[in-house]
Amino acid sequence: MTAASAFDSAGPAGDDHAAGLRRDQWRERMGLASLAAPALLLVTITMLVPVGWLFGLSFLDDNGALSLEHYRRMLAEPSYGRTFRTTFEISFVTTLICILLGYPLAYFLSQLPRRAANLCMIAVLLPFWTSLLVRTYAWLVLLQRSGLINTWGMKLGLWSEPLQLVHNMGGTLIGMVHIMLPFMVLPLYGTMRAIDRNLLRAAASLGSTPVHGFWTVFFPLSLPGLAAGASLVFVLCLGFYVTPAMLGGGKVTMVSNRIANDIELFFNWGAASALGVVLLVITLVVLVLAARLSRGAGLFGAGH
Amino acid sequence: MPRQPITPTKTALALVMGLGLSSAAPAWAQELTVVSFGGSYQEGQSKALFQPAAKALGIKIKEETYTSIADLRLKVKAGAVTWDVVASGSGSAARAGAEGILEKLDYKVIDTSNFLPGTKQDYCVGGDVFSTVLAWNTKTYGQNGPQSWADFWDVKKFPGKRSYRKSVAGALEPALMADGVPADKVYEVLSQPGGIERAIKKIRELKPHIAVWWSSGAQHAQLMKDGEVDMITGWNGRFDVAAKDGAKVAYTFNQGLLDYDCFAIAKGAPNKDLAMKFLAEISKPQYQAEFTKYITYGPTNKKAYEGGAIDAAYAKTLPSHPDNAGKQLTIDLDWYIKFEAQASSAYQNMLTE
Repeated sequence: MTAASAFDSAGPAGDDHAAGLRRDQWRERMGLASLAAPALLLVTITMLVPVGWLFGLSFLDDNGALSLEHYRRMLAEPSYGRTFRTTFEISFVTTLICILLGYPLAYFLSQLPRRAANLCMIAVLLPFWTSLLVRTYAWLVLLQRSGLINTWGMKLGLWSEPLQLVHNMGGTLIGMVHIMLPFMVLPLYGTMRAIDRNLLRAAASLGSTPVHGFWTVFFPLSLPGLAAGASLVFVLCLGFYVTPAMLGGGKVTMVSNRIANDIELFFNWGAASALGVVLLVITLVVLVLAARLSRGAGLFGAGH
Repeated sequence: MPRQPITPTKTALALVMGLGLSSAAPAWAQELTVVSFGGSYQEGQSKALFQPAAKALGIKIKEETYTSIADLRLKVKAGAVTWDVVASGSGSAARAGAEGILEKLDYKVIDTSNFLPGTKQDYCVGGDVFSTVLAWNTKTYGQNGPQSWADFWDVKKFPGKRSYRKSVAGALEPALMADGVPADKVYEVLSQPGGIERAIKKIRELKPHIAVWWSSGAQHAQLMKDGEVDMITGWNGRFDVAAKDGAKVAYTFNQGLLDYDCFAIAKGAPNKDLAMKFLAEISKPQYQAEFTKYITYGPTNKKAYEGGAIDAAYAKTLPSHPDNAGKQLTIDLDWYIKFEAQASSAYQNMLTE
């Protein structure tokens, strides 16, 4: 009886303790949540609501009745499929070129003393502070038929006829890579800086050549940065509008250009909304697949 | 009892009491919001039409700019119409009117008895006449460049880079004329089954020689200024402005496509009746004659050509001058209302091939 009463008295006290802990934990969570609340609210208002609204619009026809006509049109007209293919091709190639240019650059920067690296970083970031429109126009001035490059090239006798450098896929890629490169270099540089140099020294002391050490130690450790940069560049490329419109000479139609075209052409926004929805879905599928495929390789930070 | 002079306090009091005011006090004049396309075009409109007409009517004008009729659609659908008068292309206005986002115009108020035929519609009254013409680089071809659409398509006689419009408006007609269809049969052919395809097939032929597909007036003027292409289609006024800036460009009205810009009233405009009076005012010949001084777009009111308001030699350079109008084909808006969506799909398919 006494023992039981002792238990009885201990019981509620223990519960009190656990409840207190739970309460504290809950408070802490709520505190953290309230810190995130403004951002969450902003994302909800500026992202989820309009996207949901567009999603709804894409299933309505001219009279506001439920209809799949906008999706049917996309399947029936070959130009839509080609537009999506162009969009993904350009985004993929831009990402690839950014990796080829950005990785060595980030590696070089990460090996510099911090001070020198910071100085060089300013050079990388400088384009960020110039308007995208101005940079795109600048490329037009450089690359066009009577532009600087063609004028100088012909004066120096390097070529005799003006080269077609812009108003095509090539010009678009040049402009996009230039704008996207910092998005690749920044996450790569951050990851590379954080890699412990001692690991490479350890590899060397165990008899590894520098090249072998790079590929077996440094490169795998830099992959999360590469994956972050690549997905950032790829996704940003998918929504490009101004650069392909200005440097593509009308031959490079990306989804965003087509959306603008459809808003002009059709009375309702369903046609354009449907394009946006399809682009969003394909992008999500591509990203999920990429995450799945790279999980084994430890990309996206999943392996750490 | 002699009338007392109106003092500011009194008028303010009157206003507060809701008695209203005549045009005696400009500070409280009614305000009309006018929206147009900006740039040198709207600057000319402002100086020649909006400001003088506002003065004549004793009202104030607030000017805004917009990019396309889609902006107006957004305002009307959201029930937040702040614009009264909307400047528009004839084709967009026709579609916007059919869609129900413009007010019907009252031609008992607006006098169009002296207008050129086909330069007004139920929802939009013509303001100026422009032309889609064939222009060329005078550095490449000299002053006597290509004179017809057949020449535009003739890459042997006139080798060089071309530029053509990226959207379907005004793109199919030249192709059919180049294919041998007489101007007065163009829309007949385009309305028949296979007509659109015939035009597109002809453009597909020229596609390897088209270096740039232009999408705006500013762009086609810039292309000629930069000497980026040798031959181009585009709006005549823009080329004149570019030539004034030193561009090596000339154009012909031969086989050009005559079209017009117009003024409409937004559905649910805050000052609909005043806007109607304003449109009546700016449709008068003296305003239209003045506008031609800023850009080589012609008047829709034939009377503007009379009385020497426009210099005789200069008048001959305007698209709606009888000498020039006769060489051209007038855009058929009914065709666009019926076929534009279908033609645009086919055009986009050809472009992305």
